[in-house]
Parts: sequence; C-alpha cells; structure tokens
Amino acid sequence: MTTQAPAPVPWLRLFPAGSYAGRSHALLLRSATASGRAWLAFVSGFFEPVFYLIAMGQGLGSLVGMLPGPDGAPISYAAFIAPGLLAASAMNGAVFDATFNVFFKLKYGRLYEAMLATPLGPVDIALGEIGWALIRGGLYALGFLSVMAGFGLLVSPWALLALPAALVVAFAFAAVGMAATSFMRSWQDFDLVTLAILPMFLFSTTFYPLSVYPRWLQIVVECLPLFHAVELMRGLTTGVVHLGMLGHLTYFVVMIAVGVTVASRRLDVLLLR
Amino acid sequence: MLLVADGLVQARGLRKRFGDFEAVRGVDVDVARGEVFGFLGPNGAGKSSTMRMIACVSPRTDGSLQVLGMDPDVDGPRIRARIGVVPQLDNLDAELTVRQNLQIYGRYFGLSRAHVRAKATELLEFAQLTDRADDEVEPLSGGMKRRLTIARALVNEPELLLLDEPTTGLDPQARHLLWERLYRLKREGVTQIITTHYMDEAEQLCDRLVVMDGGVIVAEGSPAELIERYSTREVLELRFDPALRPEAAVIAPLAERVEELPDRLLLYTADGEHTHAEVARAGFVPLSALVRRSSLEDVFLRLTGRTLVD
Repeated sequence: MTTQAPAPVPWLRLFPAGSYAGRSHALLLRSATASGRAWLAFVSGFFEPVFYLIAMGQGLGSLVGMLPGPDGAPISYAAFIAPGLLAASAMNGAVFDATFNVFFKLKYGRLYEAMLATPLGPVDIALGEIGWALIRGGLYALGFLSVMAGFGLLVSPWALLALPAALVVAFAFAAVGMAATSFMRSWQDFDLVTLAILPMFLFSTTFYPLSVYPRWLQIVVECLPLFHAVELMRGLTTGVVHLGMLGHLTYFVVMIAVGVTVASRRLDVLLLR
Repeated sequence: MLLVADGLVQARGLRKRFGDFEAVRGVDVDVARGEVFGFLGPNGAGKSSTMRMIACVSPRTDGSLQVLGMDPDVDGPRIRARIGVVPQLDNLDAELTVRQNLQIYGRYFGLSRAHVRAKATELLEFAQLTDRADDEVEPLSGGMKRRLTIARALVNEPELLLLDEPTTGLDPQARHLLWERLYRLKREGVTQIITTHYMDEAEQLCDRLVVMDGGVIVAEGSPAELIERYSTREVLELRFDPALRPEAAVIAPLAERVEELPDRLLLYTADGEHTHAEVARAGFVPLSALVRRSSLEDVFLRLTGRTLVD
C-alpha cells in the first residue's frame, strides 16, 4: 500500500512537484484492456497502406518503371514508395490515437480527472497516452513491414532497424499530436489535423523523389517531419545507410522532447487549476 | 492544540482565486480522524473549490493547508495515495467494464494485479454490483454509477474519503441506499468529508459541519448545535392568499423572528401550536398552516437571508 516517491529527474524540474509518479505503464494497461474490443480500428489501420502499396506500387508501378534510389541506383517503384508508406502508417496510427482518442477522453470522458485524483500526475498521463499511440503506430509499422517482406521489398539486413525507427517516428508524432490536441476546443479543430497530415502524406517524397520539385519547394518539404521519416525508412529498407541519418533521428528526438513537455504542461494547466 | 495533532485536515486562511474571482476567501477548517465532516452551502459557495484543494488537484492561492500531516503543494502524490475521491460528476471509464473500472483504478495506485483482483470482488459486493460486474458502465442507473464511483474511491483503502455532492440527482431510494453505505464506512472508521446542498443529507450524515456562503464560513458546529444556536425549536409555516397576505412586520410580534419567502411566511417560535393559535386570535386567516421542527434549512436562511437553491 505504500507509494514510492518518484525519483528526481532533472528534466522534471520543468513541472510542479508531484507531476510524475513513474507509473505511466498503468495507462498502457488501461488502454490495452480497453482496446480488447477495438480490433477493427487496428485492422483497418493495417490495411490502408497495404492497399496503397498494391494499387500504386504494382498498378501504377508497371507504368512508372524504375526510379533512382537513395544512392542513385535504380529501384522498382514499389520499393521506392513502400518505405514512404511505412513511415506514413507509423505517423497515422500515432496521430489518430494521440488526437481523436485523447480529445475525447479530455473533453467528454473526463478520464484524466479521475486519474489525477490518484497518485498519477500529468507527466504519467502524457507518457502513458503517448506510449499507447506509439505502440499502435509501431504495430501498424510491424504489420506493414511483414507485408513488405512478403513482396520482397526488404533487400538489406538494415531493414531490421526500420521497426525501431518506426517506433521513434510514431513516438514523435504521438507526442506532438497530443500536445496539439490539448489546444483544441472542438471537433471542428480536427480539420486542421487532416489539413496537416494529408498534404504531408502526399508530398513528403512518399510517392516520388524530392528532385521533381523546384529548389524553394524542396526546402519546404525538407522541413516536414514526414520527409525525415521517409528518408530514414528508405535508407534502412534499401540498405543505403549513412551518418547523415542521425540528423533525421535528431529531428524526432526534438519533436519528442517538445511534445511530451508541452502535452504534460497543458494537462497541468487544463486539469490542475 | 491536541485536536489538531490528530487532525486529518487542517486549513488556515485558505484561499482560492480564479483570475479576478475569489472562490474561497480565507477558510479555517479542522477535520478530526473518524468524523464525518460536512461543507454545506448553495452552488457557488466555494465548497467544491475547497474540496479540490484538499484532494490535491488544485493548488491553493494563499493560506496554509495540511492533509494527513503533509502539504499538498509538496507531497500531492503521497497524499492522494491515501485518500479516496468521489467527484461531483461520475467520471467512470466508459471503455471498461464495471469490474475493470475497479481493477484498473487500483493499478493507478500501484497495487498488484492479485491485490486489485481480490479487492474488486470485495468492493463489488459492497456496492451491490456483483451481478453487473462484467457489464459495461454506460447502461447502469445513476445510483449504480454512484455506488461504483464510491467503490472505486475505496480501492486504495483510504484513510480519508472526499465526497462532492454524493447524492445529487439520485432518486430517494438510491439516496437512502447510498447513505446506508456511507454509515457503514463511518462505522469502519473512514473519515469522510462531504459537500452537499441538501439539508437532510447534512443532518443525516455529518457529525460536524460548516456552512459556507460566498467563499467564507458563516457558521460551524454539529447539526443540533447549529439549530440550537441559530434557530428556534419550532417553525410555523403560513401560506396566505396573495391578496390577503399580511406584511411580515405586522405579524412579527407574534414570533421570535419572521422570514418572508415568496410563497409563505416562516414564524420562528418555541411552541408552534401556541403561535398558530395566537395568529388565529389576531384575526389572520392563512390558507394553510404547518408546524415543524427547525432544520438546517432554517439555520441557513437565518445566516444568509436566502434559502438554498438547487
């Protein structure tokens, strides 16, 4: 029955005392228990990129032929877009959970209020919810990676690292998604999520290389998080690995730090008044 | 200050401000172990804000506050580990079953899987929800949801239970069942703090209470003490035809005190029947007359000049 005092972590000085009980795994347990009945959402999230891969990779790919890979060597169109779809599925799974589901719990279920009456603090809730979104994004990525393997699109042992990379990407999108959700006032604001996600999905070199854009547009695309995710995945699945990929990783580490911090602070402001 | 040494809650000059609005304006409270303590007052009196500060989910603006001997600003999680909270509006987890609500909530306190499993079975019994254990939460009746919320607040075997308007919106039967469960907890030694705007609830449940109005405490004592101090033994309620209703000042000499409500006059007196006879002798003809014992409602009316609004 005793409750351990949370270990002091320097980063936590950003938050009021008692914001973190080190028990975010209890939220994962809650989400896992609750999602026992929500299998359909998982299944549909898995099939979406598979349909894209078949329709565009096989269908459109037969017209497109070969494209230059990350190192300039030609690869099939399916092999080109598959890592893009992998990155997008990690993003979609994470964003969906961290926005729609979190918003509902925040505004209607008042679930977080109930949690904050226990030793849990806002950082536990933020990490727990983001963690679940990350697991969901990770599961989509795992499913899609298996499909890629089935189509023979994983040609390098480096592809094994695509799964942990997908988890990092999902973590980053979930963290920023939850932070953004904390500022939303009504369901109408979710059109903004679609407005951000859909163009990013279409234009972040998912379906064609960056070289088709004029230079100024290339710079815009290079700022988008999904671009970095796609580059990371494409390098790993085709085996073109270089040190510059650490730059992409850094991008996501920053997203994670900012997202978790803002989401926790906003929960504090919204619920602990 | 011997009492304070054993006090579970001690507040001095407690204040809470939201922007320009000061919801709690300097409150002193001592709650002793084992007692049922009430905050009585109309909506907006500052009861819930005070409760939230005690529950360590709302930082105080000013004043001192000790809960279980600790400062909520410093030891919030440690305090919350040892208290149970029943919020004003049920916030059960609609994605979980009745039993899962208890089990998962227990896990938030860091309790083991085996412990919460056994505890949930025991609490389902307590809440009389055993046969609904594996149902969804949403179809439960208001009274059932309330009992589940109370059961959930007991999952960590709290020393202090905070109940914010526990029976608001329930039908009389559900209220009585709930009160009976709260008595049982009191007998088991669980200290309880209750907010309510129901006088009968306060009289039924509370050993001691404070009356709050406009963010301050206007009176403090046991229900019987408060009635004795602020009211008379009996009240004569007179209803008149609006056209024939006498001015309160005219009828005032017949009683110790007269309160004028929109639909009736209340005459405060030691002997209601006697006063009723005098009213008739003086030539007033009410449509109806009722003699009753004084209640906390009368105390509140005396202290604030208003009836409690629901």
